[in-house]
Amino acid sequence: MKTIALLGERFLDWLESVGRAGIFLAQSVCRLPVRFKESIRLLVAQLYSVGVLSLVIVVVSGAFIGMVLALQGYSILAKFGSEEAVGQLLALSLLRELAPVVTALLFAGRAGSSLTAEIGLMKATEQLSSYEMMGVDPLRRIIAPRFIAGVICLPLLSLIFSATGIIGGLVVSVSWLGVHDGAFWSLMQQSVYFDTDIMNGFIKVVCFSVVVTWIAVYQGYECVPTSEGIGKATTRTVVLGSLAILALDFVLTAAMFGDF
Amino acid sequence: MVVSKHIDKDKKGVSVVDAYIKVENLSFSRGDRVIYDNISLTIPRGKVTAVMGPSGTGKTTLLRLIAAQLAPDNGFIWVDGQDVHSLSRSGLYKVREKIGMLFQSGALFSDMTVADNVAFPMEEHTKLSPSEIKRIASEKLHSVGLRGAAQLMPSELSGGMARRVALARAIALDPELVMYDEPFTGQDPISKGVLVKLIRQLNDSTGITSVLVSHDVEESLSIADHVCILAGGRVIAEGSADEIRASNDPQVKQFLNGEPDGPVPFHYPETSSSEVAL
Repeated sequence: MKTIALLGERFLDWLESVGRAGIFLAQSVCRLPVRFKESIRLLVAQLYSVGVLSLVIVVVSGAFIGMVLALQGYSILAKFGSEEAVGQLLALSLLRELAPVVTALLFAGRAGSSLTAEIGLMKATEQLSSYEMMGVDPLRRIIAPRFIAGVICLPLLSLIFSATGIIGGLVVSVSWLGVHDGAFWSLMQQSVYFDTDIMNGFIKVVCFSVVVTWIAVYQGYECVPTSEGIGKATTRTVVLGSLAILALDFVLTAAMFGDF
Repeated sequence: MVVSKHIDKDKKGVSVVDAYIKVENLSFSRGDRVIYDNISLTIPRGKVTAVMGPSGTGKTTLLRLIAAQLAPDNGFIWVDGQDVHSLSRSGLYKVREKIGMLFQSGALFSDMTVADNVAFPMEEHTKLSPSEIKRIASEKLHSVGLRGAAQLMPSELSGGMARRVALARAIALDPELVMYDEPFTGQDPISKGVLVKLIRQLNDSTGITSVLVSHDVEESLSIADHVCILAGGRVIAEGSADEIRASNDPQVKQFLNGEPDGPVPFHYPETSSSEVAL
């Protein structure tokens, strides 16, 4: 009996926190700072720290993943004499799956954790209370620009990931393994469709961007304002964010590509 | 006025019109721990009031309750005649514009320079031109002796300087009430002296109401017109600094003289679970 009661209690706690996070999201999305110029300034600063500073890890990972994919793909395709299809393999796997998922996972680790830590530290040093005391809503001033910047940046980073992945694959397969470059590009062009491949991947990454950034800013805002609390919140951002991405990816893939 | 319906005078005969803040039958608990058990106190208008008490009695909590950042379990708090806990979000933000608060850590915004920190409340709440704001910010910084530090970042300041900048920011909008949360903690004797002088000066020159939360007995008594001592969730003494000094209450005496033995326990109360753990 006790176990069931405990499970019920846990479930109610969880439900409550999901509800709180939902209200938090709604409140922060509807509330950019009132002054237009100021909101743009805050948003640009966040676009830089969330997006531009994540570029290096995304570009480098994209290039390496493209290169590895080309090597692996080539070794299997060569057995069937169809090594030209490596371009098709690269583009489809990157656009549909790898770019959205891997970029979102990298983003959760690089930008998500830093958002949580930054907001958590602002809470610990009473900066958030300070805004409240000045009659300035911290959701408006701190959370909204960060959330919006995350939602804008992650899809763009994912596109950059795909592009560098394809270039990495091109270098390995064409320059190193000797695949014919005309065949590489034309097979890719033939098999990639805008709505089923590019758009589906894009929809996925937009969903991931909302979920990851939401988790990151919420964990920061709700963390226990101590060094231990911030540490735990940062870990939770990465763990919950990654699990949410992978689970959501399955659901979205099933809905987009599953035949039912 | 809303207040007058409830009470005209408190037990010490201070008229509520003279009271800037009136706390009535306030109870507040965190989990199972009772922080306040039905306390009432008055903060007179235009005076410096010191709220003192041992660490952990919830002095900061009181400031957060006054600013309605926390909601009480029971009781009322009137700030300038308004019941702050019945206000809407926008109404509350309007009241907060009249309040300046100096946080224990200073709470300067780490992504702005010192000058921008002080200018921030004016940029948010006034329609002054940027040059006007710059001039006032520089004046406020001058009044705390830090005009030369205007272009520094908060991370480049010492603890005492950060608190003085925070004070300049707290008074940027010429508030009616300034609340100081432990302004003297961790300050060297010179900074302490400077802060004491600034707080007193500010009050004398502009007639604002000041609430000072502290456990530094000497500094607080030296500048306070009115003193409240909290312990064990209750108000154990309220009156002028001289009245408090002359008090015969053993709890008050123990606190003022810093005696280890007395009615205020040195040991944290043990519960049956902590005994089991041992």
